[in-house]
Amino acid sequence: MSGSEIFLQQLIIGLSNGMIIALIALGYTMVYGIIELINFAHGDLFMLGCFAALTLVGLLGLDHITAGASGMWFGLVLMLIVVPLFCGGLNWLVDRFAYRHLRESTKLAPLVSAIGVSFVFMNIGLLWGGVPMKVFGLGRAAAAPKDFPVLVSNANLLGQSAVTFTIKDLMVFGVTLSLMALLTWFVKSTRAGKAMRAVAQDRLAAQLMGIPVDRVIGQTFFVGGGLAGVASVVFAIYNNTIYFQMGYRAGIDAFTAAVLGGIGSLPGAVLGGLVIGLARAFCDQYIETRWTNVLVFTVLILVLVFRPSGLLGARAKEKV
Amino acid sequence: MKRFPPYLLFLTFAFGTAALAADSPTIKIISSLPRTGSANAQAQTIVNGIKMAIDEARGKVGNFTIAYEDWDDASPERGQWDPAVEAGNAQKAVQDPDIMAYIGTYNSGAAKISMPILNKASLVQVSPANTYPGLTKPGLGEANEPQVYRPSGKINFFRVVPADDIQGEVAAMWAKELGAKKVFILHDRELYGKGVADVFKRACGKLGIQVVGYEGIDPKAANYRSLMTKIKGADADLVYFGGTTQTNAGQLAKDLVAVGVRAKLMLPDGCREQALIESGGRENLNDRTYVTFGGLPPKQLKGRGKDFYENYTKKFNAEPEAYAVYGYEAGRVVLEGIKRAGKKDRAAITEAITGLRDFDGVLGKWSFDQNGDTSLKVMMVEIIKDGKFTPVKIVGM
Repeated sequence: MSGSEIFLQQLIIGLSNGMIIALIALGYTMVYGIIELINFAHGDLFMLGCFAALTLVGLLGLDHITAGASGMWFGLVLMLIVVPLFCGGLNWLVDRFAYRHLRESTKLAPLVSAIGVSFVFMNIGLLWGGVPMKVFGLGRAAAAPKDFPVLVSNANLLGQSAVTFTIKDLMVFGVTLSLMALLTWFVKSTRAGKAMRAVAQDRLAAQLMGIPVDRVIGQTFFVGGGLAGVASVVFAIYNNTIYFQMGYRAGIDAFTAAVLGGIGSLPGAVLGGLVIGLARAFCDQYIETRWTNVLVFTVLILVLVFRPSGLLGARAKEKV
Repeated sequence: MKRFPPYLLFLTFAFGTAALAADSPTIKIISSLPRTGSANAQAQTIVNGIKMAIDEARGKVGNFTIAYEDWDDASPERGQWDPAVEAGNAQKAVQDPDIMAYIGTYNSGAAKISMPILNKASLVQVSPANTYPGLTKPGLGEANEPQVYRPSGKINFFRVVPADDIQGEVAAMWAKELGAKKVFILHDRELYGKGVADVFKRACGKLGIQVVGYEGIDPKAANYRSLMTKIKGADADLVYFGGTTQTNAGQLAKDLVAVGVRAKLMLPDGCREQALIESGGRENLNDRTYVTFGGLPPKQLKGRGKDFYENYTKKFNAEPEAYAVYGYEAGRVVLEGIKRAGKKDRAAITEAITGLRDFDGVLGKWSFDQNGDTSLKVMMVEIIKDGKFTPVKIVGM
């Protein structure tokens, strides 16, 4: 591979990885935007989504169908509907039973409950890995990494070129970009979106205007969780390995992306994800992989020093 | 995991440790192995091996009844061995006057933590799986190794498995035989993984194989596509990963294929387990993945080893994983030490094991050398074919 081909290849890898981070970061940033809660359980919710996706693969027998068959596409679409519903519903439940009661207490109370929820989710993941299904290795080693079958082929769309751009990459790009457009439209133009923005701006005023604040917050959790569900499906198909601790790293990456882009800002979360993805790829290639995490967090610190509210964050707004 | 009962603590204070220890006819052996996480499959097979050794002695040595406890040194947070848990295990073992032997650990990094604690109490430690050379061999690890693990100056750590100074060289020899000219070396930045990768790197230098890259990976990364692209660009024909299944060997293999690197993959014994094939996907590993291991495949054992294999499959109704044999051997070594010492005394048992020569083991007759290492030097190279480890070469028989 020539130098420019390698550069192009790393660009594609960086963007793909970055978009997956962005999908998770969107959920973080939405919840933060509305109730200023850093939902630490979000990464583990994403992990449970991956387990739900693998369970679905097992139930539908998708691990036996060859990639590209029509049944496969049906399965993928089904997964992209069921898993987000599952994650969204779960996130809604968590808000309803863990966070809503703490709405009027100090900001630290829901934050600490979020950490607790994250541990609960992680242990559910550990138990889930022990389910005696074929896709979970018959549940013999609950904590072992699980192989997620290849559902989308790795074939190169660019033919014989040394640079590979696979259907997987296309899927990541397609899903993320279209979801972003959909989300922007939802927040900007729908009634529910308007209500969300109102609650985010001033909860009390919104309540006085007759907006059912708790229901709107619940909806935000549902949408944010749904995004994590989409991220789960995309991640599992792209990387083909899931394990019960993956939520921690994914959560840290996504949280960093959200802060980098300006927490509370939707385009900021996506931008932050892409910056992290690209920084990782180029550091792996041109510096050394052991410096990758160092670089990512150095970038974060520098951005926060010079733009404390993130790349696209609203300026001079009081945060935690 | 059993906790030290408070009333025992009271008794200890009331009657004095020595009196209690001398009167009790029970000797406790414990093992500290990763029972949470994907290494559990290996740990289970080691525990089975230990149990078999004790059962064969009918749970008795002389007047002593042997009690065995199976401790976990992993935590769900880490999904593999945890330094805090391992340190806790070692301290708990030291404080229990009935415990006369400590079998473990599985990970060399964990041994590094428990070794000095047990050494001060001259409690014997027999490892069925640690292969990092610096734990016992002077001159092969850091400058202060292995003295740093032996604060008392005496040896109490023994291993029944050949170490990585042999494994890394066999791997490099086999890489040469496979026709590798440019290798890219990766490691997981842990004691064991980096240790074996370093030996491999040195051996490549001696054999004239060009090392085109040497990097420590992030074992928790989502994928390694960028790194694999770098390897593809470096035009390596063999990738060596010093690491374990728990430090993401499976994902590495997947991304090697996904990015289209044509290089072969070579892995050390920490990856020789069914969990690797399950997490890496058999089609990704097939016919390109080589694994080195100190010892012989359980099925090919002869003599005493053949009896072991047959009894094991009969007793547990499962194929032993690679390390089962060493669990069994470690158990037998400990029982032999207690028998030779003839008393419930940690120092005496440690001394008896130090002097073990020409032991009639599963893999033939062997002795402990002056460092506490086995004199066995058997190594094999296996290839993964159709989801199974298939031996291709046996060295040193």
